Amino acid sequence: MSSSFKDKLPPLGTLGPFIALLVACAFFATQNERFLSGGNFSLILQQVAVVGVIAIGQTLIILTAGIDLSCGMVMALGGIVMTKFATELGLPPVLAVLCGIGVTTLFGLVNGLLVTKIKLPPFIVTLGTLNIAFAITQLYSNSQTVTDLPPLLTALGNTFGIGDTQVSYGTVLMLLLYGAAFFVLRETAAGRHVYAVGNNAEATRLVGIPTQKVLLGVYVIAGVFYGIASLLSVARTGVGDPNAGQTENLDAITAVVLGGTSLFGGRGIILGTLVGALIVGVFRNGLTLMGVSSIYQVLVTGILVILAVAADQLSRKGAR
Amino acid sequence: MLQATRIALAAALVAFGGAAVAQNQPVIGLITKTETNPFFVKMKEGAAEAAKAKGAKLLTGAGKADGDNAGQVTAMENMIAAGAKTILITPSDSKAIVPAIKKARDKGVLVIALDSPTDPADATDALFATDNYKAGVLIGQYAKAALGGKPAKIVTLDLFPGHPVGAQRHNGFLKGFGLAAPDAKSNELGKAPEVVCMADSFGDQAKGQTAMENCLQKSPEVTVVYTINEPAAAGAFNALKKAGKDKGVLIVSVDGGCQGIKDVGDGKIAATSQQYPLKMAAMGVEAGVEYAKSGKKPSGYTDTGVTLIAATPVAGVESKDVKTGTDLCWGKK
Repeated sequence: MSSSFKDKLPPLGTLGPFIALLVACAFFATQNERFLSGGNFSLILQQVAVVGVIAIGQTLIILTAGIDLSCGMVMALGGIVMTKFATELGLPPVLAVLCGIGVTTLFGLVNGLLVTKIKLPPFIVTLGTLNIAFAITQLYSNSQTVTDLPPLLTALGNTFGIGDTQVSYGTVLMLLLYGAAFFVLRETAAGRHVYAVGNNAEATRLVGIPTQKVLLGVYVIAGVFYGIASLLSVARTGVGDPNAGQTENLDAITAVVLGGTSLFGGRGIILGTLVGALIVGVFRNGLTLMGVSSIYQVLVTGILVILAVAADQLSRKGAR
Repeated sequence: MLQATRIALAAALVAFGGAAVAQNQPVIGLITKTETNPFFVKMKEGAAEAAKAKGAKLLTGAGKADGDNAGQVTAMENMIAAGAKTILITPSDSKAIVPAIKKARDKGVLVIALDSPTDPADATDALFATDNYKAGVLIGQYAKAALGGKPAKIVTLDLFPGHPVGAQRHNGFLKGFGLAAPDAKSNELGKAPEVVCMADSFGDQAKGQTAMENCLQKSPEVTVVYTINEPAAAGAFNALKKAGKDKGVLIVSVDGGCQGIKDVGDGKIAATSQQYPLKMAAMGVEAGVEYAKSGKKPSGYTDTGVTLIAATPVAGVESKDVKTGTDLCWGKK
């Protein structure tokens, strides 16, 4: 089973993102000598960590041919819950963090139940929960930033030295999560079921795989990832920000698509998503170092998204 | 039969009575960019107080998010249908709102822009707003004086390209710092050799932090950071702190929100130009009541004032202390 899927993966779809990233890095290295330093790369990793972790959840959902528009707002709500519980309610920080992750997981569960039990399209369901999560975030926080956090909430933003380079714990956590997701998707039955559901849900059901359970599980696990992203976001900015997450839903989908995962489901490599997130971060960083407006990063991102989807579409035709 | 006549008569009386009250009581509509931003919450507070004091009826509405022009147009149409003769609006999109405003004014409605102008500015009867150029000049002067003999290596964390408020604050800052800068009418961000890095923060803390981190990679020698608002300033401070440079670099900003003033008190922000949303709205309501009474419309631009708030005053630049700023700030104290 595993090998047949591997055969279907288009070389362009898998290698394309890596090549784009390498070309971009090579170009920026020629423009500014500061670009090619450990410190700068560590910085780019810190900057993409929040979107990167959200995008793991998003990748799982897109692999099942679904989509999650609510991810950024759910992440923001998780951050507000953690910070308010830890400051105003005075909960122990660890418990407050668990409550925040609990709330994002609950949203994942609601998304999943609406998709599997009532058979609503994921696009509509998550459009609804996007608005609900946004409203709850604003109402619960009174649109006020939550400050004066206990140190444990921001611990993931701390750094340790590898040689001269300062690396944040958040970066390490993101890389570990990617490693875990890569292993589970590639090596376990549950992971292969995610691909199978995305490829052909009906055929998958007929061979006896509980497709509804797989789908529900994917949405719930995505919610857990959003909760971890909440903590990363809080750790990075040092506050609970009710206005966080407003662009993260599309940024996460962009990372997934740039990374070569098919929006039609069933195909894609989780590490591609990390590369997709890094491409955006590298352009933002590199263009600033060149003294060029970051609007060009948005332009380049748009072009690359279309190229990535076109590559996917062409390879599908070729496979048929 | 008699019963029915009585009821009809009573109903007619109520209807007439109601109409009479509605005619005497001026109806004023306030449309903000969003419902939730503390700046606009404070604005609504100011409008509600003034309406209560003057016996006017206040309707409020907003776009769904910053930039939602259609939502503002819908709110305006509904308010005029509800009898509003004065509309106070903070335009989300300075150009796109203009046709809808023209329609309203053609019906005899007084339209006043609050906080930011329309483009062209004479699309509304009047504008009650902060002088954003002056807000920039004040923090520019402060930064220049506070820097003393150190070299000027400036990072600017701007709003986003093409927004007049972003350009006015940026150019005012350069002017106040004593550098060549475009005038208050320009929509272009001025460039000077002393500005080592310019980046867009979108007025957002996380994006401001990312922008500052990248600027630090480009120009680690930075000594002054200009920020479009206080969330961007908080992001810049985070980035500087992580790079171990928070002590030697001066951050200046604009807004005067309670969190920003607190950051001035804590030494994260050196100085900020405080603006007054409550006053903008109160003046707008008063103008609306006056229009309902006498038919007199205000015109042109009215400066609602801006004050430099700094924890450490510098010679030659007038500033108020953190306590004064806290008394007048908006948001959670």
